[in-house]
Amino acid sequence: MASMRERAPRADAADAAAPALDLPPEIVAAIDAAISAHRTRPGALLPILHDVTARIGYVPPAAIASIAHALNLSRAEVAGVVSYYHDFRDAPPGRCIVKVCRAEACQAVGADALVEHACTRLRVAMHATRDDGAVSLEPVYCLGNCALGPSITVDGKLYGRVTPERFDRLVAQVKP
Amino acid sequence: MYSIHENDPGTPIRISTKRVVVTVDGTTVNVPEGTSVMRAASLAGVNVPKLCATDQLEAFGSCRLCLVEIEGRRGYPASCTTLVEPGMKIRTQSPELAKLRRGVMELYISDHPLDCLTCAANGNCELQEMAGKVGLREVRYGYDGENHLNADKDTSNPYFSFDPSKCIVCSRCVRACEETQGTFALTVLGRGFDSKVAPGTTSFLESECVSCGACVQACPTATLMEKSLEDGGQPDHVVATTCAYCGVGCSFRAEMKGSEVVRMVPDKQGGANHGHSCVKGRFAWGYATHPDRITTPMIRASIDDPWREVSWDEAFAHTASELRRIQSKYGDGAIGAITSSRCTNEETYLVQKLVRAVFRNNNVDTCARVCHSPTGYGLKATLGESAGTQNFDSVDHADVMIVIGANPTDAHPVFASRMKKRLREGAQLIVVDPRRIDLVRQPHIQAAYHLQLRPGTNVAVINALAHVVVNEGLLNEPFVRARCEGEAFEKWRAFIAGEENSPETLEAVTGVPAAHVRAAARLYAKAGNGAIYYGLGVTEHSQGSTMVIGIANLAMACGHIGRPGVGVNPLRGQNNVQGSCDMGSFPHELPGYRHVSDPAVRALFEREWGVRVQPEPGLRIPNMFDAALDDSFKGLYVQGEDIAQSDPDTENVLAALRSMECVIVQDLFITETAKYAHVFLPGASFLEKDGTFTNAERRINRVRKVKPPLAGLADWEVTARLAAAMGVPMPYTHPSEIMDEIARLTPTFTGVSYEKLDRLGSIQWPCNDQAPEGTPVMHMQQFVRGKGKFAVTRYVPTTERANREFPLLLTTGRILTQYNVGAQTRRTANMIWHDEDVLEIHPHDAEQRGIREGERVEIRSRIGATVMRALLTERVQPGVVYTTFHHPESGANVVTTENSDWATNCPEYKVTAVQVRKSDSRSQWQREFDAVAVEQAGLLPRHGSDTAE
Repeated sequence: MASMRERAPRADAADAAAPALDLPPEIVAAIDAAISAHRTRPGALLPILHDVTARIGYVPPAAIASIAHALNLSRAEVAGVVSYYHDFRDAPPGRCIVKVCRAEACQAVGADALVEHACTRLRVAMHATRDDGAVSLEPVYCLGNCALGPSITVDGKLYGRVTPERFDRLVAQVKP
Repeated sequence: MYSIHENDPGTPIRISTKRVVVTVDGTTVNVPEGTSVMRAASLAGVNVPKLCATDQLEAFGSCRLCLVEIEGRRGYPASCTTLVEPGMKIRTQSPELAKLRRGVMELYISDHPLDCLTCAANGNCELQEMAGKVGLREVRYGYDGENHLNADKDTSNPYFSFDPSKCIVCSRCVRACEETQGTFALTVLGRGFDSKVAPGTTSFLESECVSCGACVQACPTATLMEKSLEDGGQPDHVVATTCAYCGVGCSFRAEMKGSEVVRMVPDKQGGANHGHSCVKGRFAWGYATHPDRITTPMIRASIDDPWREVSWDEAFAHTASELRRIQSKYGDGAIGAITSSRCTNEETYLVQKLVRAVFRNNNVDTCARVCHSPTGYGLKATLGESAGTQNFDSVDHADVMIVIGANPTDAHPVFASRMKKRLREGAQLIVVDPRRIDLVRQPHIQAAYHLQLRPGTNVAVINALAHVVVNEGLLNEPFVRARCEGEAFEKWRAFIAGEENSPETLEAVTGVPAAHVRAAARLYAKAGNGAIYYGLGVTEHSQGSTMVIGIANLAMACGHIGRPGVGVNPLRGQNNVQGSCDMGSFPHELPGYRHVSDPAVRALFEREWGVRVQPEPGLRIPNMFDAALDDSFKGLYVQGEDIAQSDPDTENVLAALRSMECVIVQDLFITETAKYAHVFLPGASFLEKDGTFTNAERRINRVRKVKPPLAGLADWEVTARLAAAMGVPMPYTHPSEIMDEIARLTPTFTGVSYEKLDRLGSIQWPCNDQAPEGTPVMHMQQFVRGKGKFAVTRYVPTTERANREFPLLLTTGRILTQYNVGAQTRRTANMIWHDEDVLEIHPHDAEQRGIREGERVEIRSRIGATVMRALLTERVQPGVVYTTFHHPESGANVVTTENSDWATNCPEYKVTAVQVRKSDSRSQWQREFDAVAVEQAGLLPRHGSDTAE
């Protein structure tokens, strides 16, 4: 039907007052930048969440309202998506992010022992950030490096055949 | 949890002309194409076990309990998500299926508390029922594994609790919030075993939840549970009845334990609501047993005297003698009555009969005077019938909706959910409102255009829209030629095409950009189906009737009338405002909108009643007040209306009340009006009487008595006994006999009877020989008046204009959790959401006046002043302020003026020129209000602790 295709220019959502954020100005600016970079694309939520994470390392719970408002979603919907993906954190990560592969191939070549070693060396549990903010340790399920396991990433960079000794060298930047 | 003893075929009904024949466990069944295997099985008498499926929601396929076998297919498909195909042979029972279902159930129960006997859902728990059906005998996994049994219960909502330890994550609540209510306040947080249902990251009370109750209804366990059920236990019987709040007229099942209501559950069979509800009807019924209820008749000689409790007999004798004394002293015309849009059709009919047959005059009016009287006038003049043209279901076929001066998500929430559903399906929305209502933009809803006009310029906007239709060649000429009066149309066309009606000319008046008006007009005119919905923002103006006519003109010009999906739809404010108008509550009209000057109509009533009916119209409400101040009107019987709070220019109303010699108030509570009354007759709540309400779609719904009246008499009995005391017996034994009398006398009701209402569930009038089961959509073949009649609608600015002294325009409205004067909702836990009225003001206007958020401000008009707190918001445009009127001490109507609609005297509530300034004390009027409240409270009988019933 013709009239249904005749899309009207939608009123700019900004005219409906956006919720005020109780966050530091540079974080607010980063969130706003991520929103305006992607808000007009279809399915903009994941790109915005990725962009916010890329800019500030996490998705502050206080940002959920402004993202929801910009995309005309409910806050609950955005919270549901954020909580679904481990990579969308709700708190700032450690200064160094270490991920250890726990998928089958790496497990078969000693990943479990490596995890144990990592927790001891870094003084932090899996899925956690150390109290001093120095490091976050995360499991990951397959880095596509199965022939060269056990595998880890340190701040996004992939390493294979990681022995405890090699692990210690790779995370030397993190104080024990 | 759904209401007790309700059948649930598991997936929604599908409508199709194509039929599919399948066999289920050997039984052949013929169902519409698109039906699920689960529903087909149910229709064949086989109930497949299920947990995540319900006929109120689309199939989801997550619980894996409803697996079946289908001949020729591999595996065990879920019967909820599998659609029937011709010749399918379905098996619902086999050893393999039994094993699979038991295995699934074991997993559920391994993470579910085993406290069934002390659980609030005991007796109506789907999980328990399914465990029984699949024959669960052991849980091999034990109960010691990882679980959610220690999850915290959220009791923040006043009406229901959320106990995630009992949750099976079937998502029924999440889907109900999305599909049925359209709020999207619930989600599943996390993933895998950690998945949990949650209202976002906050408590229920702080979340986006609007407490409609759909999630609570959808929950198959005790996770979401009414607190009243937790406290009171499961009901023992159910009575089908109708909500007494707004004009949507939702059908409810009152779940009862003896004469105590345990909970109210929306009825899936309800023609208006199809099983949905809002926070008011679902939960806010506690006022019916509030200790403030007055349950004994009271009289007093003067309003400064203490009330004296008397027997019903004494009350009737006293009232009758007072009214007759006034009539003999001041004349027959010195008394009158006001009927209530909150009472039943039968009760309203009786009050107007009392006036016409016993008072011997036509001094009867109704609260519709102050809300939808222009609708009656305007639609009668153009289309021929004083009622909306469609049923609510019609919205499912609308492609473009225009919402004018209505705020459905607050005032008609259940219908708003239907609108939102259709909008999510792709229909387009145009909002015409001075304020940015929630419908303009909210999750998944975005209006194509919001024509944010200045208050008081409705007619200019509707003329501009029609101007575009006419001048851009968008007229539906074949429709107009075939269905409308040619001469009147040509006259209108010549008028509307004039440059004075162009959007460009009127932009300066309305404040709406001409380009938006043009685009909106094109969108509506070119729509396959265009529907107009409107509210009191249309009627409560000096040109209210003109605007209603303008809306009808526009709909006729575009041919958007006379079929599903289109129409002119007034959203009625109160449960029975349509009915009270139908029942002859107006001083110039007998039931069925027939003028009292028509001798044939009068003869009909005179024969039935055995009295002479006066041919001259009586007094309208404002005329009653004027006459009272002139000392020619001295006695008033007010049934269920609080004129002292709800009518404009409060101080004038109070002066009129003070000047009367006998004011009789029949109500549940000591209302503001009752403080000025000489006789108080205790009213009965909707739970305490039989009758019918007629909703905004002309649907006559049954109201059924679930408990005896607290004061012993239903409202219709009170009126009948008063008539008898005045010498005219009205010997009805049941309201059905009153309806029979209405049917005998009213052409649009001739086919209505309680027997038929019980059989059909509800009836949309006209119901007569031509339409024995009622009329969902009107004006299909031709208009009720024959040809539709265009009328010229010249825009005349209101005299109430912003000026230097009063530079802002005040407009008023309602909010979701409170209802009108608040007499009911203020006596419920809804107070948690709105415990005072506030003034919405644009930040620019506030800044100019040095007003900060939450500060007290005085709102002063040329009539009066009141003080309330300020809320700074861009919802209102600069130059416009807005408030609600749910709390008497707010005094919104102290400020509103005596201006009214030229045709019907409907007050111009929606435009008052005001000044706003900071104030640190209550206004003079509010101080007087406080004094009267204290004084009158002291005049009530003292009972000590036994006042609470």
